[in-house]
Amino acid sequence: MTPADLLGGAILASVACYALLGGADFGGGVWDLLATGPRARHQRTLVEHALGPIWEANHVWLVLVVVVLFTGFPPAFAAISEALFAPLVLLLVGIVLRGAAFTFRAYDRPDDAVQRRWGWIFSMASVIAPLMLGTSVGALASGRVRVEEGIAAAPRLAWVAGFPLVVGAFTAALFAFLAATYLCVEAAPADPGEAGRPGGGLADDFRTRAVLAGIAVFLLALAAAVLSRRQAPLVYRGLTARPWSLPLHLATGAAAVAAFAGLLARRYRAARLAAAAQVALIVVGWGASQYPYLVVPDLTLESASAPRATQVALLWALGGGALLLFPSLWLLFRVFKGERPFSAMDRPRR
Amino acid sequence: MTDLLYARWLMGTSLAFHIVFSAVGVAMPLLMVVAEWRWRRTGAPHHLDLARRWAKGAAILFAVGAVSGTVISFELGLLWPGFMRFAGPIIGMPFSLEGFAFFAEAIFLGIYLYGWDRVGPRLHLASGAVVAASGALSAFFVTLANAWMNHPAGFDLVLGRATDVSPISAMFPPGWLHEVLHVLLSCYAATGFAVAGIHALRLRREPRSRFHRTALGIALAVGGAAAVLQPLSGDLSARQVARTQPVKLASLEGQFRTERGAPLRIGGIPDPAARETRGALEIPRGLSLLAFHDPDAVVRGLDDFPRDVWPPVRRVHLAFQAMVGLGTLLAAVSIAALWLSWRAGWRVPTGRRFLGAVALSGPLGFLALEAGWLVTEWGRQPFTIWGVMRTSEAVTPVRHLAAPFWIFTAVYVFLAVAVVALLRRQIAAVPHVDAAAPGAPETETAP
Repeated sequence: MTPADLLGGAILASVACYALLGGADFGGGVWDLLATGPRARHQRTLVEHALGPIWEANHVWLVLVVVVLFTGFPPAFAAISEALFAPLVLLLVGIVLRGAAFTFRAYDRPDDAVQRRWGWIFSMASVIAPLMLGTSVGALASGRVRVEEGIAAAPRLAWVAGFPLVVGAFTAALFAFLAATYLCVEAAPADPGEAGRPGGGLADDFRTRAVLAGIAVFLLALAAAVLSRRQAPLVYRGLTARPWSLPLHLATGAAAVAAFAGLLARRYRAARLAAAAQVALIVVGWGASQYPYLVVPDLTLESASAPRATQVALLWALGGGALLLFPSLWLLFRVFKGERPFSAMDRPRR
Repeated sequence: MTDLLYARWLMGTSLAFHIVFSAVGVAMPLLMVVAEWRWRRTGAPHHLDLARRWAKGAAILFAVGAVSGTVISFELGLLWPGFMRFAGPIIGMPFSLEGFAFFAEAIFLGIYLYGWDRVGPRLHLASGAVVAASGALSAFFVTLANAWMNHPAGFDLVLGRATDVSPISAMFPPGWLHEVLHVLLSCYAATGFAVAGIHALRLRREPRSRFHRTALGIALAVGGAAAVLQPLSGDLSARQVARTQPVKLASLEGQFRTERGAPLRIGGIPDPAARETRGALEIPRGLSLLAFHDPDAVVRGLDDFPRDVWPPVRRVHLAFQAMVGLGTLLAAVSIAALWLSWRAGWRVPTGRRFLGAVALSGPLGFLALEAGWLVTEWGRQPFTIWGVMRTSEAVTPVRHLAAPFWIFTAVYVFLAVAVVALLRRQIAAVPHVDAAAPGAPETETAP
């Protein structure tokens, strides 16, 4: 394990955390956009309550990814910024409008027209941001971003291709799936419902949405896999031909099946854990399949490394920061997500 | 416009926008924590009301600061990949540590804003204190990076490449303390005065409002203390610049000739073509005295330096004059406030003329802050990293930067309008009829 490998692992872990926490917040925005039926207003309120206290903290994972990348692997950061200029600018516009509109809605006039206007910006931005994030990741994995003498080669349109765009759609669907699964748990105490049906109507709404989004995730994953054979050959090989490929796919598949089973059985906490595991495994699978490349195929963890002194200092900083960060995060979730914020068990209802 | 100019405009617009919200993010939590602490001590309901209302304002402004700060972190690479390739490993450390400070700020602001009824009183107050402290810590780390751009350290330059990188010494380049101090004080002064200005305006209409009087007291105490200390920290900064960036000092002061016993120029317009500064009020030997604490010290003029390392002299000089002038005004208002409050037996002064002066001073802190930021950025030109890398070498090879420039400018204008409208709404929502019964004896003391 070189410092570069450890830092690569830290970046991947931060991406996974961003997907699990920040990603779900974007997914919440998607369900705000798609709120329908007799309980549309309740659905939006639930999303708002779920996001309010935590979205800013969840968003910082992305900032952490960026700063670790530019400190530990500056040539990769520079090349990625050059090559993916357009999707990253759109991602930023999405991030800015999502956060600002969400906050403005909370503090603006409560009448419907005003709330709907902010809500529309919030939810549209919540769709654009994951699309662009996924497209950028897809472009990096595809091997279409070429780096010549340290500079991203023109024309910088690596992201305009089937595979990156499908990965973008996949990311948006995945975040929506994750959010819907989380919201089933959040709906349960908010709406006692009928006996044996925790959450009642509101939880059922998100259960249906989670299942539909899950199907979309599956289809888009299939499409991405098919496209990757031609358009992302290195990652395709990484996903299929390495010794850990099969166990990883089996684990991801098992998590997906467990999430579906949990949803169908209305075991929402179990479903949430399985869905989170599924998303984490997907991120790990992406990282493992393109290891040791940061920008496939021209920059590796090794070739893009900052001097060793920087990487070692950065690792110490990350370690020290984590000691402060994780207890604080636990406190945040403990305060706002109930007594057992990460529990997998649904207690029998009294 | 060239792409380089668009890149500079985009970075400048983004920073000029973000800097307002980040300064508020540093100082506003302090104000709201002081208000809550007063409430816990006195039990007076208008203190609680104040803490809650300030917290709402902080929430709106912090959210915009958080997302606009994210834009900046990406723009470092989107606009200046050459800079990041070179400087990332050297000054990435303070940015990474700032990431954790930002985490703490966001986590505990969430607990503070949404936790009034969910956590105990001590944890709530402590959360607010953590937000205030981590806000200051964020500013500290980010300013370290800027200090390094002014005085690169912690590496050896060999054939245009950085070797022997020491990220820890790079974090603390010469002059870091002065710059950090100056930035932190400017955050407290600008925010304190902006808040004080709003409440002074309301107090002129409702002189009996305890709510606005308490608010004015806390905001003036924080903003005024910072404004009085700021000239001292400015002196430290100016002497640092005199030692390490003489060409920047010469631009600040419009000093073209190298001179023993150089005069201090107040106002005036430098004319780089004629190499002289016209229309300034000159205080003999003033500059030598201020910059080196020696009336006979030699001050190097712009003439000593090749024309191609001159900053944009006129703009730098004018921005510097604006910053110093506005800062001096604020310090004067602060001292007047102190004197008036002492005469009133340590109560918040509420004379109409004084309130008018405070209301007029409201925007000046932020104007001074923006001017000061322009001074340091323009004053470092044509370099991104002083003496090491020119801005033109740092810029991205991506073309058509007009598009992102206009997109982000439109977004910022939209956000600015929305924020102003929302804050006006928040301020208007403060009840006009005060909790205190008319004619009731005033028992409250000024903070």
